[in-house]
Amino acid sequence: MQQGSRMAQGVLKQGIAPGRLDPAAYAANFSDLHPPLDAHEALVEADRCYFCYEAPCMQACPTSIDIPLFIRQIDTGNALGAAETIFEQNILGGMCARVCPTEQLCEQACVRQEAEGKPVRIGQLQRYATDLAMQAGRQFFERAPASGRTIAVVGAGPAGLAAAHRLACKGHDVVIFDARAKAGGLNEYGIAAYKATDGFAQAEVDYVTAIGGIDIRHGRALGRDFSLEDLRQDYDAVFLGLGLGGVNALRAENAEAPGVANAVDFIAEIRQASDLAGLPVGRRVVVIGGGMTAIDAAVQSKLLGAEDVTMVYRRGKAQMSASPFEQDLAAARGVTIRHWLVPKRVLIQAGRVSGLELAYTALVEDRLVETGDRLTLACDQIFKAIGQTLAGDGGGLDLAGGKIAVDAQGRTGLPGVWAGGDCATGGDDLTVTAVAEGRDAAESIHLHLVGGSHG
Amino acid sequence: MADLRSTFAGITSPNPFWLASAPPTDKQYNVERAFKAGWGGVVWKTLGEAGPPVVNVNGPRYGAIWGADRRLLGLNNIELITDRPLEVNLREMKAVKMNWPDRALVASIMVPCEEAAWKAILPLVEATGADGIELNFGCPHGMSERGMGSAVGQVPEYVEMVVRWCKQFTRMPVITKLTPNISDIRRPARAAFQGGTDAVSLINTISSIVSVDLDTFSPVPSVAGKGTHGGYCGPAVKPIALNMVAEIARDPETRGLPISGIGGVTTWRDAAEFLALGAGNVQVCTAAMTYGFRIVEEMISGLSDWMDAKGHRGVDDISGRAVRNVTDWQYLDLEYVAKARIDQDLCIKCGRCHIACEDTSHQAISKEKDGKRHFEVMDDECVGCNLCVNVCPVDDCITLEALPVGSLDARTGKPVSGHYANWTTHPNNPMRKQAEPAQ
Repeated sequence: MQQGSRMAQGVLKQGIAPGRLDPAAYAANFSDLHPPLDAHEALVEADRCYFCYEAPCMQACPTSIDIPLFIRQIDTGNALGAAETIFEQNILGGMCARVCPTEQLCEQACVRQEAEGKPVRIGQLQRYATDLAMQAGRQFFERAPASGRTIAVVGAGPAGLAAAHRLACKGHDVVIFDARAKAGGLNEYGIAAYKATDGFAQAEVDYVTAIGGIDIRHGRALGRDFSLEDLRQDYDAVFLGLGLGGVNALRAENAEAPGVANAVDFIAEIRQASDLAGLPVGRRVVVIGGGMTAIDAAVQSKLLGAEDVTMVYRRGKAQMSASPFEQDLAAARGVTIRHWLVPKRVLIQAGRVSGLELAYTALVEDRLVETGDRLTLACDQIFKAIGQTLAGDGGGLDLAGGKIAVDAQGRTGLPGVWAGGDCATGGDDLTVTAVAEGRDAAESIHLHLVGGSHG
Repeated sequence: MADLRSTFAGITSPNPFWLASAPPTDKQYNVERAFKAGWGGVVWKTLGEAGPPVVNVNGPRYGAIWGADRRLLGLNNIELITDRPLEVNLREMKAVKMNWPDRALVASIMVPCEEAAWKAILPLVEATGADGIELNFGCPHGMSERGMGSAVGQVPEYVEMVVRWCKQFTRMPVITKLTPNISDIRRPARAAFQGGTDAVSLINTISSIVSVDLDTFSPVPSVAGKGTHGGYCGPAVKPIALNMVAEIARDPETRGLPISGIGGVTTWRDAAEFLALGAGNVQVCTAAMTYGFRIVEEMISGLSDWMDAKGHRGVDDISGRAVRNVTDWQYLDLEYVAKARIDQDLCIKCGRCHIACEDTSHQAISKEKDGKRHFEVMDDECVGCNLCVNVCPVDDCITLEALPVGSLDARTGKPVSGHYANWTTHPNNPMRKQAEPAQ
């Protein structure tokens, strides 16, 4: 993080205020988290791959990308071929290269991790190949002859886009309904700005839809503008990639006080901001939660110039769902992470947030209990990042654990309706998992349509 | 402390590491830098006849192949002999020898295959104070088309004839440099021996095309869109050179003939291997051209430390020590049984041993145990071929271990007898004869 010489005054502004940093500092703070590899770096890294048999990295990838093959293709000067290998399994391979927790997936499985503690930088190599192909505008897939079928996809996020692309490949037409003004879902609205710079999410939507046959209709929400039954009547099949549009409520006194906000909204605001200097942020910020959303909100608060940012999580470091890499990233950016604290009361002064009172917690016989001790953190702004939920009732479908219940092929309990991504059961709420589920549901839909069986 | 001093064909040097006749030894400037770095001797870049010197191409002279991380494995060149006037080279050689009297200075020479040509140049070289001459019968490119270099080295009668002239016209030791571009390296070695050569050196470079430019379809190095075969050297040629050195070292017809080992010497280990197979010293080029002259520091310390650790006092103690163990296939012990062993603590589970064995060999490495990724050798299928050892990326993770005498070979169901038996007496050999000991 760069801090300009005039920064200090801005940082000390009381309350929630914009323009805390030197104007030049914003661009530096929100630049690419992992600058891309250049050609030389890519070759050096690709040379490290052992081309393992039934490679553990490939088995660890939710989309089963043939990683040894694409790395070998980069190594032999065929980066476009590498991109094709990636896109065959994961048409959103470009975004996944940026946001996947590779240190917990492919790179953790890499045998070089076991051999020397330094895995091949698979994510960066994937980005190298996919960036080259996308910058060159190279399309690798052609649509099969028109099937005459049209499938409705709800949600233009990773699951919906992956499903739409695979369906379009098979010769079907696709209409995507999305409640927001832009396609991309969490890729566009829910990921820290420094992970998808330079409008990458929209560029990727354009790349995916360039195959043709995909019509995206914006501002159309399920349950508000149309019903699931409408879709079932008007289309040959339905895929729901709704994501998790709701947020859990904070169970604390004064939880609705001015200055308390949802982390997902803050993250979306940053992604959509045309001028980051105009975005207000507190001088002292507390983020409640232990997941990736909490990390993204906390780090970006710091990058916007908050003087003091603290993450509070009700359990210990080991239970945090944010990856160790993300936790380290937050710590390196100056975020304080505190464990075993649960919010009890939002303190208010002059009608605005002035602090957060928390109770210490501990595990007693595997149950989380409050110890009776309390802590008060002074703050001007509080972000809630305590989990997202299915918005609405999920179209009236059978739910399990608050998500739409689906089988291994993504089929819901309702004939002709499939679901995937964060809104559906199974998986781990990762972009890459959503892509896999969307892709596989599309295959299932296709089989259903051409095979004539009942989904 | 091991004594690295070397006396080769009567030529002394403080260590057995010489720079081969090549671009690094083309002029006083380079050679004196080499001597400062610690090289024991140099063979000056090949001298040609007096008169207008040869010319080189003005485009690329080298091509290469690389291993991982662009590590240079093989180098090929189309450079000719020195393109500087003879008198300039002779003047500089004389100056170098005066400045560095303890180092070996040998002149490489290539002149037409005529007695007069050799008779003319030898006294001029001798006058520089050079310690010896090396006859370049090796270069496979350019000069060979003019009836020199490998064109001579490929005809044993010519080799013998030129060596005789040289022995007749100079008192300097004569080293005959051999070309590997020949079916049996012992024939030119024997010819040189017959002609009275004091030593042979080998290998010179191997005829080669390193690659083709797939945009222009020109061989590399490409000179205005055309390429020609060049001379191949570097680590990739070491195995070929080792074999040829060993072939000569164990040839009864040339017994005792000093050999200067050349071909891919990059580290002290390479040098020690050449010495063990019968070389009296080694010559280096590609390694120096890749990393600069100071690699000799590693070679000197490495060889010296290894000799100390093993109790070898001097170069003569190790020279030729492996020759007696080089034999013909028919004398290898067919009763010796070895099996691959995978050290599970070192294994990183890349699975390359499994797939190499499964796809291309004997289906002797399992890939799973208790539902987990696990690679283990099945003794009842393992023939001990060593492929898994060679493809494993981890040092010493897979080793080949001899079965003890008396134990059962699970593959054949037979006990290990411990009695030497070879193909010459094997029942499957239609030409079998009475038992015969290894040579």
